[in-house]
Amino acid sequence: MADLFDGYPLGQQWDEMFSAPGRPRTPYTGLFSSLQSMSGEELSARADVLSQTYRDAGVTFAHAGEEQPFPLDIVPRVIGHEEWAVIERGVAQRVRALEAFLADVYGAGEVFADRVVPRSVVTTSAHFHRAAHGLVPPNGVRVHVSGIDLVRDEAGDFRVLEDNLRSPSGVSYVITNRAAMSSVLPELFGDHRVQPVAEYPGRLLAALKASAPAGVVDPTVVLLTPGVYNSAYFEHALLARQMGVELVEGRDLVCSGGQVSMRTTDGQQRVDVIYRRIDDEFLDPVHFRSDSVIGCAGVVNAARAGRVTIANAVGNGVADDKLLYTWVPDLIRYHLGEEPILANADTYRLDEPDTVEWVLASLDQLVLKPVDGSGGKGIVIGPRADQRTLEELAVKVRASPRDWIAQAPIGLSTSPTLINGRIAPRHVDLRPFAVNDGSDVWVLPGGLTRVALPEGELVVNSSQGGGSKDTWVISPPRPAVEPGPEHDVTRIEFTTADLPAESPAQDPGPPNDNALAQSQQQQQSKDPVLLTPRELGASLWTESTDVDGGGVRC
Amino acid sequence: MLSRIAESLFWIGRYVERADDTARILDVHTQRLVEDPWIDEQRACANLLALMGAPCDPAEADTERVLATLAFDRTSPGSITGALSAARENARGAREVLSAEIWESLNVTHNALPQQRTMARRYGPHSLFRFVRERSAMVFGLADATMSRDESWLFLILGRSLERVDMTSRMLSTRVLAGDAAPSWTLVLRSTGAYEPYLRTYRGAVNSSRAAEFLLLDRLFPRSVFAALEQAEGCLAELERANVREGHRIGVAGEAHRIVGRARTMLEFMQTDEILAGLPTRLDELQRTCSAASEAVTNRFFTEQAPQIWVPEGAV
Repeated sequence: MADLFDGYPLGQQWDEMFSAPGRPRTPYTGLFSSLQSMSGEELSARADVLSQTYRDAGVTFAHAGEEQPFPLDIVPRVIGHEEWAVIERGVAQRVRALEAFLADVYGAGEVFADRVVPRSVVTTSAHFHRAAHGLVPPNGVRVHVSGIDLVRDEAGDFRVLEDNLRSPSGVSYVITNRAAMSSVLPELFGDHRVQPVAEYPGRLLAALKASAPAGVVDPTVVLLTPGVYNSAYFEHALLARQMGVELVEGRDLVCSGGQVSMRTTDGQQRVDVIYRRIDDEFLDPVHFRSDSVIGCAGVVNAARAGRVTIANAVGNGVADDKLLYTWVPDLIRYHLGEEPILANADTYRLDEPDTVEWVLASLDQLVLKPVDGSGGKGIVIGPRADQRTLEELAVKVRASPRDWIAQAPIGLSTSPTLINGRIAPRHVDLRPFAVNDGSDVWVLPGGLTRVALPEGELVVNSSQGGGSKDTWVISPPRPAVEPGPEHDVTRIEFTTADLPAESPAQDPGPPNDNALAQSQQQQQSKDPVLLTPRELGASLWTESTDVDGGGVRC
Repeated sequence: MLSRIAESLFWIGRYVERADDTARILDVHTQRLVEDPWIDEQRACANLLALMGAPCDPAEADTERVLATLAFDRTSPGSITGALSAARENARGAREVLSAEIWESLNVTHNALPQQRTMARRYGPHSLFRFVRERSAMVFGLADATMSRDESWLFLILGRSLERVDMTSRMLSTRVLAGDAAPSWTLVLRSTGAYEPYLRTYRGAVNSSRAAEFLLLDRLFPRSVFAALEQAEGCLAELERANVREGHRIGVAGEAHRIVGRARTMLEFMQTDEILAGLPTRLDELQRTCSAASEAVTNRFFTEQAPQIWVPEGAV
């Protein structure tokens, strides 16, 4: 039988699974041996079951106007626990630094006075909101949830590509990917010890509750969604369901007297924490776009009055602006006094005429990104662009250099992916999710691995035809403390010794189910000649009383 | 109605519910083996088998054994396959009172089992569990839509409710008795279908005493022990109504009603702390209550006198 991985080509990029042809890296050895024994057809059959599972569960997204199951590749991505420990610390460090930076931007502004970042970078950002100035969140947290996009370069080091501090999406796929993989391909997990991801909603809810306004004993948390037509609505519904909180739209909320409430069948009910998945611009028509019909008027004033917490906070966009991104390593040194654990991709700011000129001259060797774009929109990859695109780009860059950054292209790492029944290398990135509850930044083990399905494609966004992979973080031997969302008040633990006796067996069923009765009933239908007189005598049909006489009178 | 038919209906209710609950429990169990990196598979399997009333040597316990015993054993009424086959056998003997649709649904389920088994071998058992859950829902859904609310309905639902009390209390036992090999409360809730209702009710993270309270005492969640007992009691009260009219003034007419009612009042009027403090004993009692109630129902309705045993002369 042909080996599944035969003829798997290795390029110059780092490959996640193989260090050399047929030589899997350490975290992948178990997966390699379980997959190797499968044929391409079998794997394809499983992949069909997998996508059927997604279609049944409604895990879809609209691509080109058509509802499609979210493409989940069947080959998981594996990260060893030592490697993960670095990512975990690096992501948490970045989140802490950006928290400190945001607190400073919307507060004292020392970072400008100390000339670490020019004030103009912040004030010219489209996501800087004066409305948020002086608005101090109850437990100091602004970045309740973040997603830090990482890629692996040719040398195998993880680098940060961008930060998402507003409402990063994709965590629902992490949860559903794991559930689907473990039900369709349980044997792949084999002897692996994969860290669970299902505790995310519990962690998120705990963090949201911790951020409630002071003095609220049992805070009411709601998730504010733009509505069913939003592309991430599936995620909003899943998170609300798994947290057991109300999924509200703007029209369900009312704000009066500085207090936000939701309309319920029992009248208006107070809301303490709003986990909003609506952009700042649409959140509050009083302060932002006055034509917004999906927000709730007055909610920012209520937050300012300390009566409600908005998560993530308003104005976080200044810290995930792609221009500010270039200063993040400096911010880590300035705010935390630490060296960055995860490096940035090599990036050039277009703030000096010399740099602008150099960039314009070498557009065909650089990647240019608009600073406020997301979802891979507007990115121009120089080495692959045609002459006309480059010319148009040059005009735009010259007109407003502030709107662009330039990066040296990174050869994104590849990972084996099932394409038309064969395993082929495709580019992947990684978005770990971090939850900040005010005392600790927790990073969900794994995160979302996105894979660019067209061959050679470097943009992995799902709006550009990307799929995803279940991401496994191999567990360290065994943690000293059992993790888990169970914060028990009273523990009720017992052992079998507490039982008076062994568990009773299940009731066996009515007597007429037993084998004897069944076999006798079957014999009734058979030819009576086959039965001996004694057997007949024992059956209920006989009228004879002298059974032992041997005669049968019918 | 005929005692024999009534007994069949009672057991159809029990068997189908048993298959449904077992499928839920096993589904969560197998997912947990895959998803929990720190699980001790052998102990988890041994615990599950012991609590389902089919203990085996802990050294031999593994997933294979669990599935063979609780899913595929055709001869045991405690396995999914066995219970569904037994339900279909009972339905075969009661076809004149069951609607044709219910019979057909049970028969189709039974006929599809070998194929489901093969599928489970190839693609993992999840598809089987899902199939069983859906078919059980179909049987009870058809009963709800096509059966008159007469005695036949009452016996079917009585069987289902008593089985539910038994299975939910067994599921609770897997959590409170298994020590560090125990499933988390989240999983216990999930395997009784109670996870999302729980979250919506308590709006918060899963906490052990609340979860136990929910599964034991919640009045509104249909799979809680309390709700199932209350339903069983309602069925018994209806079935005994003739006696009430005849002027029965003290206590309840039937032994089964007394047993179920006592368990229900125990849960209803005992302090929650007190119940939780003696949880293992309470759960054990509940399981025994089911057996006793089932026996009492059998004595009262199905075998007016003790069954006559035909002993040929000379054999004595």
